[in-house]
Amino acid sequence: MTTQTISGPHAVLQAQARWRAAEIAFWLATLLPFVLAPDYLVLASQVAIAALFVLSLDLILGFSGIISLGHAAYFGVGAYTAGLVSVHGWGEPLSGLVIAGIASGIWGYVTSFIIARFRHLALIMITLGLGLLLQEAANAASWLTGGFDGLQGIHTWPLFGKIDFDLYGYTAYSYALAVLFVVFVAARRIIHSPFGLALRGIRENGARMPAIGASTHSHIRTIYTIAAVIAGLAGALLSQTTETVSLEALGFQRSADVLVMLILGGAGRLYGGLIGAVVYMVARDQFSGLNPQFWYFWIGLLLIGVVMFLPNGILGGLAFAAERLKAAARKRPPVSAP
Amino acid sequence: MSATATSAAALSTRGVNKRFGSLVVAADVEIDLPAGVRYALIGPNGAGKTTLINLMTGMLRPDAGRILLGDDDITALPPQARVRRGLVRTYQINSLFPHLSALESVTLAVCERRGVARTWWRPLTAYRDEVDEAYGILGTLNLAAVCHRPTRELAYGQQRLLEIALALAARPKVLLLDEPAAGVPRDESNDLFAAIAGLSRDITVLFIEHDMELVFRFASRVIVMVGGGVLTEGTPAEIAADERVRAVYLGERPREALR
Ligand SMILES: Nc1ncnc2c1ncn2[C@@H]1O[C@H](COP(=O)(O)OP(=O)(O)OP(=O)(O)O)[C@@H](O)[C@H]1O
Ligand SMILES: [Mg+2]
Repeated sequence: MTTQTISGPHAVLQAQARWRAAEIAFWLATLLPFVLAPDYLVLASQVAIAALFVLSLDLILGFSGIISLGHAAYFGVGAYTAGLVSVHGWGEPLSGLVIAGIASGIWGYVTSFIIARFRHLALIMITLGLGLLLQEAANAASWLTGGFDGLQGIHTWPLFGKIDFDLYGYTAYSYALAVLFVVFVAARRIIHSPFGLALRGIRENGARMPAIGASTHSHIRTIYTIAAVIAGLAGALLSQTTETVSLEALGFQRSADVLVMLILGGAGRLYGGLIGAVVYMVARDQFSGLNPQFWYFWIGLLLIGVVMFLPNGILGGLAFAAERLKAAARKRPPVSAP
Repeated sequence: MSATATSAAALSTRGVNKRFGSLVVAADVEIDLPAGVRYALIGPNGAGKTTLINLMTGMLRPDAGRILLGDDDITALPPQARVRRGLVRTYQINSLFPHLSALESVTLAVCERRGVARTWWRPLTAYRDEVDEAYGILGTLNLAAVCHRPTRELAYGQQRLLEIALALAARPKVLLLDEPAAGVPRDESNDLFAAIAGLSRDITVLFIEHDMELVFRFASRVIVMVGGGVLTEGTPAEIAADERVRAVYLGERPREALR
């Protein structure tokens, strides 16, 4: 019945939560652009912002099974809030970031009451609807948002009052990367907490959760609000580092893009979304000479390929390959697909 | 039929009715489960046994009637609130967390009971008591050796045991087991029922079971349901002797013959 050696209950759980060498290598690699590609730091900052946004979606979709086609709404609230704070005379980035996170968190908390009550297809429609609603509202309230033309006159003050945002993106990437890392560590902590376990329970079998005494609705409201804060931070970073915000910050396209990045990289594994963001953003940059329809042709092809051949995304495929190699090395039958 | 309910009932239903369209699945159900008793709920397929558990645990709302846990009316409470008060069930068809390990699943249930499943700033590994308790429960059900395996990789019989482990993690006062041995081979189902029989006498147990031999061995009393209504209730010997029960249930081809 058991081939596994019997160990106490704690060792395995502790091993799961431990930082791995590959993780440390990953974060060290995020510093490489400073050395290897100093001309691409602006792009790198956009990648870091996208990665932060994907991380937010991974918390709800990958870990909790809450599907969203309107996640850009929270990104947009953060972006516009940070922009508006700056336009109205306060360009200090860190406090602007916090204010934006609070604003998107509030919107996330309010909408989470609707979100928590639905699942599956209904949830797709509701998140889509909420996203479109907000976009139209932002368009209509052009006195506030600048409407179609976007918000004019954003100016971001130097970081800590000293470090200017330079044209080469040095500060922008440092800033975005630092925020990404801090939020990532927090997200990782959430995943390995009892609450993170409850989220996985909801993803695996939400209907069973009440039968073990869980209030799924309140769990979902909590993680949805946290995810909204993170999405808002990503939005704020974008408007602060580019000093522009337009309606596309909360458009459907952005919601779709973030979903694609997550699926490409692999949902429910924290790093999957980050890798998806890198692949997607870098590929888009490389193809930017082509016209947009062409770009989406290739993205469409890539998506179909990944979903067909790597159902758990790029990272899922890598993990599977690593398992196979390890299993082969141990000369034991391989563990089945992740 | 409440003649036996002289001791305080752990769980009672009062005039519970439920219909799906024109199909009556609960007809004026009045049941009292005295504390500590081992009850079997039997009846032909479609009699409404699972539905009754759904009504008791709040997964379904009755059209009329009340559910009492001890002296408390719990009819309006949502399922999770009933679980926290000690009314816990298992499922006829496995309802587990496929990608969680057995240990993670039961630890989750323990965390929910202890009210720590909402904390997201401390790592799970800091909750050693919760993990130890979960491991202990798995140990009593012979699942300790496979506790780190993902649930979906467990043998079917082990998954049935995990159903019970999840329920026990909620520290039930009243435990409702919906065909715990459904689909389990005979030799394993004996072990499974032995585990149930070994549960603390503080837990009131109601189990649904088609296998009469198991019913007679492990139940101290039996409730017979037919067509959404309670036909009769009594000791296993009384039920075995009851002509009406014979007619509607025992007279049918015995379940074992179908296996
Ligand atoms: N959600 C539902 N909607 C409509 N009809 C239902 C629903 N759930 C159950 N039924 C019907 O109600 C009747 C009672 O079902 P129930 O599952 O309670 O029977 P049971 O006594 O548990 O049977 P079994 O021994 O087969 O498990 C059946 O005829 C079933 O088809
Ligand atoms: Mg049933």
